[in-house]
Amino acid sequence: MAEEKKLLNVSSNPHVRDRITTRTIMLLVFLALLPATGYGVYHFGLYSLAVVLVTTGSAVIWEFIWTKCMKKKSTIEDLSAAVTGLLLALNMPPRIPIWICVLGSFFAIIVVKNLFGGLGQNFMNPALGARCFLLISFAGKMADFAYDSVSGATYLANLKNGSSFDASAMVWGNEMGTIGETSVIAIVIGACILLAFGIIDLTIPGTYILTFVVFWCLFGGHGADPGYLTAELAGGGLMLGAFFMATDYVTSPITTKGRIVYGIILGVLTGVFRVFSSGAEGVSYAIIVSNLLVPLIERATPPKCFGYVKPVKGGRA
Amino acid sequence: MSQYTFSGGIHPFDGKGLSKDKPVKEVLPKGLLVFPLSQHIGAPAKAVVAVGDSVKAGQLIAEANGFVSANIFSSVSGTVKAIEPHRVPTGAMVNSIVIENDGKYEEVSYPAPKAYEEMTGEEIVNAVRAAGVVGMGGAGFPTAVKLSPKNPEKIDYIIANCVECEPYLTSDYRRMMENPELVIDGLKCVLKVFPRARGIIAIEDNKPDAVEKMKSLTANESSIEVYSLKTKYPQGGERQLIYACTKRAINSKMLPADAGCIVDNCETLVAINRAVKENKPTFQRIVTITGDAINDPRNFLVRMGSSFNELISEAGGLKSEPEQIVSGGPMMGFSVLETDVPVTKTSSAMLFLLRDDALHAEETACINCGRCVEVCPSRLIPSQLATYGEHENYEKFNQLFGSECIECGSCSYVCPAKRQLAQAIKGMKRLAAAKAKEEAKGGDK
Repeated sequence: MAEEKKLLNVSSNPHVRDRITTRTIMLLVFLALLPATGYGVYHFGLYSLAVVLVTTGSAVIWEFIWTKCMKKKSTIEDLSAAVTGLLLALNMPPRIPIWICVLGSFFAIIVVKNLFGGLGQNFMNPALGARCFLLISFAGKMADFAYDSVSGATYLANLKNGSSFDASAMVWGNEMGTIGETSVIAIVIGACILLAFGIIDLTIPGTYILTFVVFWCLFGGHGADPGYLTAELAGGGLMLGAFFMATDYVTSPITTKGRIVYGIILGVLTGVFRVFSSGAEGVSYAIIVSNLLVPLIERATPPKCFGYVKPVKGGRA
Repeated sequence: MSQYTFSGGIHPFDGKGLSKDKPVKEVLPKGLLVFPLSQHIGAPAKAVVAVGDSVKAGQLIAEANGFVSANIFSSVSGTVKAIEPHRVPTGAMVNSIVIENDGKYEEVSYPAPKAYEEMTGEEIVNAVRAAGVVGMGGAGFPTAVKLSPKNPEKIDYIIANCVECEPYLTSDYRRMMENPELVIDGLKCVLKVFPRARGIIAIEDNKPDAVEKMKSLTANESSIEVYSLKTKYPQGGERQLIYACTKRAINSKMLPADAGCIVDNCETLVAINRAVKENKPTFQRIVTITGDAINDPRNFLVRMGSSFNELISEAGGLKSEPEQIVSGGPMMGFSVLETDVPVTKTSSAMLFLLRDDALHAEETACINCGRCVEVCPSRLIPSQLATYGEHENYEKFNQLFGSECIECGSCSYVCPAKRQLAQAIKGMKRLAAAKAKEEAKGGDK
């Protein structure tokens, strides 16, 4: 009788894998958001910490509830829901009512993300989708950036209507705004973490910011005035958007060519919204609209393979 | 930093330290020897011996059956025991000549070779054909066919592929350290076929001692240059290598000769040299037995047809049960079904890994991160091609140049979602090629 043969594992090549997983990537993005989060909490006070915790926590819980209801394996371990929740929190005004946070994370996780197929299938950034939903639904509360005894218009709005603004305070983050968007320094520290670990590269943020600068110099009405330009770049959600939301893998093109086109569209749209619309801000809408354009961008920027040779034109015209 | 490179590629753990510093050890086979009739690309060879015949080492036992085919020679003296299907490292069952070793290692007497200096290009190619030389890096393409391009006058470069970009493998490295002159002489033989071409010895810069050695030995050769290439997988891929050395890019529908290049692997050049200078067929090669599950990982000079089982015991046996055994390197090698398979012309290594990454990789959703696009040496979008492969969407697959995939596996390696990208694309490539063939046939009617 043949003795029992030990079976070997057989699989297709390659037989080795890099250690990086989706979870590692999400964890790094989460960590890279912490400097901005920390500054926001320090700047806006303890209530904003509650906003961060509730928004992030409820996003994770919504994700868990969804997988339970759909009888799927839990996906909260991949940390993508936590990242979405934290991003949404950083896009919230510091005094937003807690129930809006829970509603916002519901919209982000259930409506934008999971109804369209879950991780990797959503057509727009869930956090931004939820933010825009809240902006439309609760315009007053979402635009109320008052904290402590500070209230009134943001510096960015002042810049637009000709009042005074303080560009250096805008860079440091000592101004009004959403919890995570005010400090350029904190955001750039986080962005450096992402760049250092190769999670993002400069293609999208670089073309986005450059295009915006060019657009603003041409149409902003102040030429290339460094004070105005710095304030325009540091104000609002431009930095947070450029490094953390425009670079969202799922909702941006996959090729470098596509990413450049995407960055240019982002820059132009942000410029159009900021210069020509009635409001001072436009980053969220610019990113969402660009997200929707991604399939078109990908269609317009097909890859050329290595060694590509132009097909010789045949008889057919 | 080296200037010679290509775009894309990865830097996996190289594992070469396990075996690279130990000298090559010659091992003689003990048990039966198995010679698959198909160990090259093209038509299987035709057996010219019968069961019961006695043979000597270096004797022709199967002859090329067509232009793209190759002669096969015995590596020992003994008796033909059977001609029957046998498992080969790639997993297939292939009709093979089984020879019982008489332990005497008697060799046939070879006809005296013509003086090398007086040989014509054609005579060199004929000698290579007669000796059954095939690409020993893994592809197994008959070398004589490679050396007979349509427009020989258009060949500008003969590239010696001494890159060895696959992790863990060190057989080419040991060859260069121990017999560098055989590699150089092999290259010179090829250069004699293409007198106006220049020779390039391409080595990755993680082997600086080999680069130095080759440079000093070719210092007086005006037509040979040594290039130190940036270490990056798959630098040894033919199209990537040609591009790195010459900046000429070819696609899947072109041959290296279309870019004025002929690429031969390190070990193949040694075989060419032997065929031309000594009129002898190659029945030995260097094989790396390595991996973290092997007690004494090292390189062996092996008679072809030997069972890998014998090499495992020569390498001190297994430390503990490996989860994965690969014939070849970890990136492009084949999972083996069993270890009682023969060393063939294209066997460069057997790798014993304690951990099978593929087994533990849990596939999750694609997040469109673009890492596969970044590393793809063919500049494709592996994530989308794999999806179209899974959906059998031929139109989209072809539109995105799916057939240009070189199956290097870099995409699967980097994928954070652990998708089996290379597997899906490979499978679809086969289907698409078969479909195209069928359609072409239909068109002829």
